[in-house]
Amino acid sequence: MTRDSLRWVPVLGLAALLLLLPAFAEKYYIQFATKIMIMAIFAMSLDLIVGYTGLVSLGHAAFYGLAAYVLALVSPQYAGANLWVSLPLAMGASALLALAIGSLVLRTSGIYFIMVTLAFAQMLYFVFHDTKIAGGSDGIYIYVRPVAEIFGWAPFSLEKIGDFYYLTLVCAAGVFAGLTVMLHSPFGRVIVGIRVNEHRMRSLGYATFRYKLVCFVIAGALAGLSGYLAAAQHGNVNPDMMGWHLSGGGLMMVILGGMGTLTGPIVGAFAMLMLEIAFQGMTKHWQLLMGGFIVLVALFLPRGLIGVAAALRRRKGTDA
Amino acid sequence: MELGSIAIQLLNSVQYGLLLFLLASGLTLIFGIMGIINLAHGSFYMIGAYLAWSFAERLGSLWLAIPVGIVLSVAIGVLLEWLLISRLYRRDHLYQVLLTYGLILMAEELRSVVWGDDVHGVAVPALLSASIRLTETLSYPVYRLWISAVCIVLAFGMYWLIARTRLGMTIRAGASNREMVACLGVNIELVYRLVFALGVALAAFAGMIAAPVSSVFPGMGNQVLIICFVVVVIGGIGSVKGALVGALLIGLVDTFGKVVEVSIGGFRVLPELAGTTTYLLMAVVLLWRPEGIFGRKLQ
Repeated sequence: MTRDSLRWVPVLGLAALLLLLPAFAEKYYIQFATKIMIMAIFAMSLDLIVGYTGLVSLGHAAFYGLAAYVLALVSPQYAGANLWVSLPLAMGASALLALAIGSLVLRTSGIYFIMVTLAFAQMLYFVFHDTKIAGGSDGIYIYVRPVAEIFGWAPFSLEKIGDFYYLTLVCAAGVFAGLTVMLHSPFGRVIVGIRVNEHRMRSLGYATFRYKLVCFVIAGALAGLSGYLAAAQHGNVNPDMMGWHLSGGGLMMVILGGMGTLTGPIVGAFAMLMLEIAFQGMTKHWQLLMGGFIVLVALFLPRGLIGVAAALRRRKGTDA
Repeated sequence: MELGSIAIQLLNSVQYGLLLFLLASGLTLIFGIMGIINLAHGSFYMIGAYLAWSFAERLGSLWLAIPVGIVLSVAIGVLLEWLLISRLYRRDHLYQVLLTYGLILMAEELRSVVWGDDVHGVAVPALLSASIRLTETLSYPVYRLWISAVCIVLAFGMYWLIARTRLGMTIRAGASNREMVACLGVNIELVYRLVFALGVALAAFAGMIAAPVSSVFPGMGNQVLIICFVVVVIGGIGSVKGALVGALLIGLVDTFGKVVEVSIGGFRVLPELAGTTTYLLMAVVLLWRPEGIFGRKLQ
């Protein structure tokens, strides 16, 4: 076998593991893997803004939370909402919100962008926290998961843990593939060009604002997808799903994994959730360890785990 | 609303606005001079409030707690700048956000370890515990007036420090060209350390004097941090004058948003949605002047 074909072995192994996981793993691990994939979708969508357009958003949880609320509000109390209707509805709502927020925040850049995204997300947080639209600060429950029914025929049931896992896997893989295609398209090249040098892109005749806005809306809709899945999985939606701890955590996943790549956020989501469990096992005050870890990553791992792997590979290359 | 209660709400909004100014000016100075976005600014406010509470309990008076708290918070500021912040000057804002976000988590958890998760009240010092009668039924606490007065004095002090002293001149020079100032023989690292410590001390001091009014509770820092961001965005980043105007505006909008009743089409908009008024104000300013009222034009 050549070196090139050897590279595919771990990828195929991982794919096989992901496909077969529900066959042998215990219920808890299947749910945990589902949660990781949901966060991976969230992190990938955030990376589209942070890593590709170069704008640091601290309000990404707003789109995640809004989609979760949409699912909660359209679900009948003792029956499931229709997946094929409620999912596009939830993602559409997040996309619309991203369009509204994006057209305001993209007028700014740099440090303003950070503060303004955070402030708008917080505004939405207060709308759901202070009013009785959806249970106020306690949140709202979804008693029955969405039903995947098409004209009376249901191909799968989300009440089954395995089916839910596969749906999430399909979504995560779809987002990964879709974004890969998008980023290699002319549109994606323009986006990367804007990060590198926006003035030059503008001089070349690109309406950069519109490109950034489209990117922001896509990222919002995908964050909506992850929020929808999370709401369906946990059955509880509360204002904290829009809180800035989620936005901060998402940013951490992106950087820990390696921003500006698509595998980075996935690695980051996996690493963060594993760490969280490990730290929680050690002490009640696990946030202290997490905070310290975040500080260390910011200081010593600017390119993330993917960057470390790349550096190691390069060193090996020069040794040989 | 009758005239008396309008007067009280006005005084409240000015007091709240001035307190916000104290916080926001530290944030905007640290950004304007050092180019650092500091998410942990709210945590220093919280630490200040908790220091005031715990030392007021131990030493018996807020007057004794405040100097101790200031010394401690300056020490915290110097230590953090030396250990962590000084490594971030040449880095992207992203890493500043991440590092200071990590600091928030640590500060919040340390607070839980050291002081617990309970809500505490701090007694108003006896000297200022009186109230001034405005009308037959309404009166206004002297302590709140004192807060406003202290904030105004500090605002003038800061203006004097930055515009009129040799240190202020060095700070301004360092903000526009760090390398050049260093070449001229100024210890710019020390100046930055001082500025950061000053910012931390301002935030902590705001927490200390606010403690008797707002009480002391977990998460108080994050709440105030986001409002400070709004103030800074409205006023223009790096502008102390902007921070003052923005803070007073927010004080007005926030205070009156909570007491005025407004209904549109039978749905009570205010005070139900009072939490969102300040952000709407920010949205309006962004549409009108994305760089903030007193900000320099964005590139």
